[in-house]
Amino acid sequence: MIIDINFIGLIIASIMASAVPLILASCGELITERSGVLNLGVEGMMIIGAISGFALMTVTGSLIIAIFGAMLAGVLISTIFAFLTQTLITNHVATGLALTIFGIGISAMIGKNFVGIPGKEFPVLFEGLKDTIPLLGPILFGHSIVFYFAFALPFITSYFLKKTKIGLIVRAVGDSPESASNQGINVRLVRYACILYGGAMSGLAGAYLSMIYTPQWIENMTGGRGWIALALVVFSTWNPIKILIGAMIFGGLTIIQFHMQAIGVRIPVQFLTALPYIVTIIVLVVISRDSRKIRLSTPSSLGKSFHKDN
Amino acid sequence: MIKIVKRDQPSRAIFFFTPVLAIFLTLVAGGLIFFILGFKPFEALKFFFIVPIADKYGFSELLLKATPLCLIAIGLSFCFKSNNWNIGAEGQLTFGAIVSGGVALLFYEQEGFYILPIVILAGAIGGMLYASIPAILKTYFNTNEILVSLMLVYVSKLILDYLVVGPWSNPEGFNFPETRQFSDSAKLPLLFEGLRIHAGIFLALAAVVISWFVFYKTYLGFQMKVSGFSLKTAKYAGYKGKKMIILVFLISGACAGLAGVGEITGPIGQLHREISPDYGFTAIIVAFLGRLHPVGIIFASLVVAITYLGAETAQIFMQIPKYTGQVFQGMILFFLLASDYLLFFKIKFIGSKK
Repeated sequence: MIIDINFIGLIIASIMASAVPLILASCGELITERSGVLNLGVEGMMIIGAISGFALMTVTGSLIIAIFGAMLAGVLISTIFAFLTQTLITNHVATGLALTIFGIGISAMIGKNFVGIPGKEFPVLFEGLKDTIPLLGPILFGHSIVFYFAFALPFITSYFLKKTKIGLIVRAVGDSPESASNQGINVRLVRYACILYGGAMSGLAGAYLSMIYTPQWIENMTGGRGWIALALVVFSTWNPIKILIGAMIFGGLTIIQFHMQAIGVRIPVQFLTALPYIVTIIVLVVISRDSRKIRLSTPSSLGKSFHKDN
Repeated sequence: MIKIVKRDQPSRAIFFFTPVLAIFLTLVAGGLIFFILGFKPFEALKFFFIVPIADKYGFSELLLKATPLCLIAIGLSFCFKSNNWNIGAEGQLTFGAIVSGGVALLFYEQEGFYILPIVILAGAIGGMLYASIPAILKTYFNTNEILVSLMLVYVSKLILDYLVVGPWSNPEGFNFPETRQFSDSAKLPLLFEGLRIHAGIFLALAAVVISWFVFYKTYLGFQMKVSGFSLKTAKYAGYKGKKMIILVFLISGACAGLAGVGEITGPIGQLHREISPDYGFTAIIVAFLGRLHPVGIIFASLVVAITYLGAETAQIFMQIPKYTGQVFQGMILFFLLASDYLLFFKIKFIGSKK
């Protein structure tokens, strides 16, 4: 077998493409968790984004409306979560689970009329530059705008948390809601905003799946990616840059699985499909073993409700 | 004017009233959704909640679906009461079914009274083994049990898929993804001629009684309750936290495994690809709706089982998508959690004064 250097470039590019939804959803959830809120509804918000994006694209024919509509749908569904956990002070874990179950149900209900409809081609940028540089060409060029946004997002998120005043407020709210509140910060408002932002990013991640990655609607098409995104946040120890690394590893596992099947490696396909989940568990174990490190990097109030008596 | 006042103590009456309120609100919201989708709301609700259980067969189907839900939810209540978030019961169910199915296949075409107990026990052990993974990783490696137990769901379904397509598939089965039929001695007996309800319901009822006893009459139950309220207090009281965590996971794994046994050795009598329509996840809702109380869980499992049947009936008679069932399940949990607000806060209506 002759291995073309551009072929390697294409494989790396496909790994990056499969990492995109994970990066988007994880970076969104990271902000939510940094404010002290654990939203287990990522899978549900993602699938809502996927169907909303696809449905809007089919009905309106506009890709822009579809992308922003999917983000808005993510925001809307996360508003339920925000209202319950922040205003009615419900348990984060249970509410997030309800959100996922509800989201999968609603998406399948809406999606009934969209099964089997072919998607539209999503425009890619810098297509012409692909062949100009060997190896790097296919990696750097010829991708959708969402792709580029996803790879910029960890750096933007990192800058936001470390260098901006609002980022500092988000971290303060997550680490010590009491002191933040005493400083005159509206904890509830900050958390609302962070939850809705997480919803928007999950919605975008879903839209990427149904509009760009595999342009069609399939029931349950997120297939656990929302949960892997949640695991990635732990993997990253709440550091956005490390999300990039983690997402590439998981993207790589998905892609390698396809190629191994193509080459004809005699491993049962089910084992290869299970690999990302098994690796997630192993990685979680390795990361969490150092309980001191986890304690230092976890937002202190993560998953705990905060209620200010009026 | 409306004023919200914090209660000094959570109200006990409201504790048992809110699940009823949640179901009512779900019906109202469900009717609204049907209306938006262009169905007649009352007719749709009738097909969803009344028609499916109007006859003997329907009632048997209701119990058939409530059995695994009740069994798993009872197990989960051990975990949830003590602040352990096992959300991978679906995986424990699947693995329990795999182990018990494997044992049942060992007794292929053999008969004997001893076979069924061994098959049942194998299922419970399978579920326990699978639940022990997140439990051990949580206690000894500090790993988040939510994510681990959930990842294992996907893994278990792939193991099942591999077995029924590959090594365990029926040699005379024309490549259908299913195993051979278990022998009659490995099947749970059906209770009535022509109905699918089987002896698995007794396993669920036994679990209800045992769990009630453990929760309210034993030291373990007390420990779980304290740990649920405050982990700090539990530590201060000197409870062996690790042992308890593993124990509650094993109990809930065993229950889920038994539910898996019921699914494969009941009416079906073989392993195949889709042994559970997400009972393991839905049971989480059942556990909460039943207030983690054994008797409450019985009622909750019946209510939630209707959403499964109703979804099927509504699909057949009104072409309402079957996923409406899941939408209802999600809504029940939303409304339940929301109405819990009333536990801690009182809403006072104050006449406006001029």
